[in-house]
Amino acid sequence: MEYIAQVQAYTAIALGLIIGLGAIGACIGIAIMGSKFLESAARQPELMPALQGRMFLLAGLIDAAFLIGVALAMFLAFSNPLIAKLG
Amino acid sequence: MSTEVTEATQTGTEYINHHLTHWTVGEGFWSYNLDSLIVSAVLGVVGIFLFWLAARKATSGVPGKWQCFVEMCVEFVDGQVKDVFHGDRKFIAPLALTIFVWVFLMNAMDLLPLDLVSTIARFAVGEHAAHHVYFRAVPTADLNTTFGLSLTVLLLVLFFSFKAKGVGGFGHEMITAPFGASPALWLPNLAINIIELCAKPFSLAMRLFGNMYAGELVFMLIALLGATWTGLTLGSGLSMFGQILMGSIWAIFHILIIALQAFIFMVLTVVYIAMAHEHH
Repeated sequence: MEYIAQVQAYTAIALGLIIGLGAIGACIGIAIMGSKFLESAARQPELMPALQGRMFLLAGLIDAAFLIGVALAMFLAFSNPLIAKLG
Repeated sequence: MSTEVTEATQTGTEYINHHLTHWTVGEGFWSYNLDSLIVSAVLGVVGIFLFWLAARKATSGVPGKWQCFVEMCVEFVDGQVKDVFHGDRKFIAPLALTIFVWVFLMNAMDLLPLDLVSTIARFAVGEHAAHHVYFRAVPTADLNTTFGLSLTVLLLVLFFSFKAKGVGGFGHEMITAPFGASPALWLPNLAINIIELCAKPFSLAMRLFGNMYAGELVFMLIALLGATWTGLTLGSGLSMFGQILMGSIWAIFHILIIALQAFIFMVLTVVYIAMAHEHH
């Protein structure tokens, strides 16, 4: 019982770290890209359609690592293989 | 998306674990996830049929709404391929269109109501037998499907590498490419190239899987809000309202993710194949 509680506590901390740090990274990345997009769209409005497609592609790429982290965190939260090991 | 958990005895974790279990046949390594296989095959056939319908009735006169839509899809994908890949598009553009439409349809299964299949099962085989019905409707939230797709892309990349450069050219590039042609550098070059080659399908598959799996799980968590229903009280009403509101918001946001991930999978496939054509 004691061990299970310990694993649960560490898992909870890990979940927070995975989601929190991942979110920080993804947000900073999206913010930098968005500001650059707006900047270049203001400078050269005729380039906007071409840039928009690429911006969405990169938004998906930046988001992906964070969402993979979220998926892993959710997996750990709902069916923790480490607790199953304890038996 | 916004359906209720009817079994009052079921806890949240049990509910989610039930929804995360595949309909599996076979043992160990040779187990098949029948739900992913069936849904993806059916969606592939549906996609082909819908586009064939437009191609069969295509006119050069005033086109119908469906033909317009299909033409828009084809031109959009062709334009994207033209931007990235310079050369003969006879094979690459249809490949990109197939990937885009198929992955999009498979991702779109995320928008089906979460408990649709279990409700159907409850009506078909009864309350008790329905507990043993496992079905996950989103094939791309299954690692096997996404790795199947991305390993096929890896095979295509290898095929086009050999085709564009020949066996000798490709082998020469594998041992000399990033650092230089000195014999002392052959081993590090080869190691880096192999890692690079393996990272492509891995990141492709994990990206699609991670997005769809996380999306599915958030739908399940939202569905759990309605599970606290205990009758006509203020608390139950609030959580019901919260479930409908959150479910709608997440579903609308998810439409973007669904299209975006299909688009990214398509573009990256074309980029990888275009890279296979480049000479160093």
